[in-house]
Amino acid sequence: MTPLLSLRHVSKTFGSGPGAVHAVRDVSLDVTQGECLAVVGESGSGKTTLANMILGVFGQSSGEIRFDGNGLPVRRTLEHRSAIQLVQQNPLSSLNPKRSVGASIRLGLDVFGIGARSDRWRLVEDALEEVGLPGNFRRRPPAALSGGQCQRVAIARALACQSRLVILDEPTSALDVLVQARVLRLLEDLRRVKGLSYVFITHDLSVVRNVADRVAVFRAGKLVECAETRAIFEDPQVDYTRQLIGAVPVIADDELKLRESLSGGMPA
Amino acid sequence: MSDVLEIRDLRLRFRGYSGTSEVLHGISLNIRAGERVALVGESGSGKSVTARIVLGLLQELPSAQVDGGLFFEGEDLNRLSRRQWRALRGTSISMIFQDPTSSLNPVFTIGTQFAEVLRRRDPKLSREAADERAGTLLQSVSIHDHSRVLGAYPFQLSGGMNQRVVIAMALANRPSLLIADEPGTALDVTVQAQTLKLMHELVERSGTAVLFISHNLGVVREFADRVFVIYRGRIVEQGPTRAIFEDPGHAYTRALMAAVPRITGGGLPDFNDSESAFLDPMVVHGGGKA
Repeated sequence: MTPLLSLRHVSKTFGSGPGAVHAVRDVSLDVTQGECLAVVGESGSGKTTLANMILGVFGQSSGEIRFDGNGLPVRRTLEHRSAIQLVQQNPLSSLNPKRSVGASIRLGLDVFGIGARSDRWRLVEDALEEVGLPGNFRRRPPAALSGGQCQRVAIARALACQSRLVILDEPTSALDVLVQARVLRLLEDLRRVKGLSYVFITHDLSVVRNVADRVAVFRAGKLVECAETRAIFEDPQVDYTRQLIGAVPVIADDELKLRESLSGGMPA
Repeated sequence: MSDVLEIRDLRLRFRGYSGTSEVLHGISLNIRAGERVALVGESGSGKSVTARIVLGLLQELPSAQVDGGLFFEGEDLNRLSRRQWRALRGTSISMIFQDPTSSLNPVFTIGTQFAEVLRRRDPKLSREAADERAGTLLQSVSIHDHSRVLGAYPFQLSGGMNQRVVIAMALANRPSLLIADEPGTALDVTVQAQTLKLMHELVERSGTAVLFISHNLGVVREFADRVFVIYRGRIVEQGPTRAIFEDPGHAYTRALMAAVPRITGGGLPDFNDSESAFLDPMVVHGGGKA
């Protein structure tokens, strides 16, 4: 089976000469249909640069990105843009405060020409209901919604565009733990029902353990380890992965045991 | 053992255009000398306002209405004048904020800001003497090239480095109470783990009591001796850390614990979502004085 998304030797360099920043270096990755690939690493490791290249915000410096078997041009077609969608970290700042949330969702439908014009408000309401919000929420501004509700709107907006691959850039790190649990469950259900693929960017390894099929660990722009989730947590091959897992604050004794077996306690 | 801080039936209301809204519904909390006490809850539960009330900052706001007993080392804080209260801040009570880089002043060097902190206790301290003391304090937070750091501006240092500077500053005047509001939340996990470990060692050595405010249960478990769980302006459960984590009694605490994803796996959590149960009466574990 051809992977839905495939990166081959992708690099990105900002600037040139001695001051050049090598944000992503020679990364090769695949994401198959229906898979959730977690991308983890600390700030500055190149996670967001990678996402921006997949989305076509800017092109890669070298290497190739393929989607559904075809090479992705830097200048994307409408079809590509609607198929690859983004959910950002802070829902309050990713939604336009002056538009109702319904108008924000509808904008995608208008741009990509999804559904008949007269039918689009109904599609917006369907999208809201799909993420567990009442359809009449479409008239509300983002400021009248809680953080968790805003994040649901952002997810509805990504799904309304008939996306196949969703880039989730720290989708729950701005949310409280109870709200986070509900949003994660929603994302998981949507993935199952719609056969979506996720690139889940996060630094929270305990979330990764429970939602991802595979994990890609980044450090300073390089892919240092990529394996099935279980293998990453039970038998990490790279010291850096061990350090990352060793730094996760945990609440249960069996978690403590797992962490200590990997790292011998907190990093010094 | 005597209490460093005691809060008795603290209430807070904000007056707004659309009437008053009650934020704290009578919370009581005590911290003994050298003890690390955590206040855990979600955003909007009233954690940070509690810290600001202890510092006397919220009382200066005309829209805030604060009632209740506040005692610091046996002294009634409500009786202090503004000036006396201000004299406590940065000397006997100090605070660490969530984002270290934005809590430092961007237009002054670390050295200048450090001298300002030290002069709160010792107004006649010369800059040379201040730099020397700052150097030893920075060494205690594992910053070894302290002359470079003292000459630098906050934006020239990494987030983790700034966090250490802030910790060193907060402990510089040997406070008896340190209030830490979500320290390290803005940092990477590995850096956060390091700074917490460092803070743990330092307060242990100096015997400083800590009010630790956090929403992260994992961090709380590693850092605190006792825990108070706060939900919508009410303390719903309190007790020694071990007791709370091994046997959470309140529906809200149980939901919080269940909602945390585990690194041992087991899939996404299921938890009881009934918000009416979250308003059940407080659960007090043995060992924690009510």
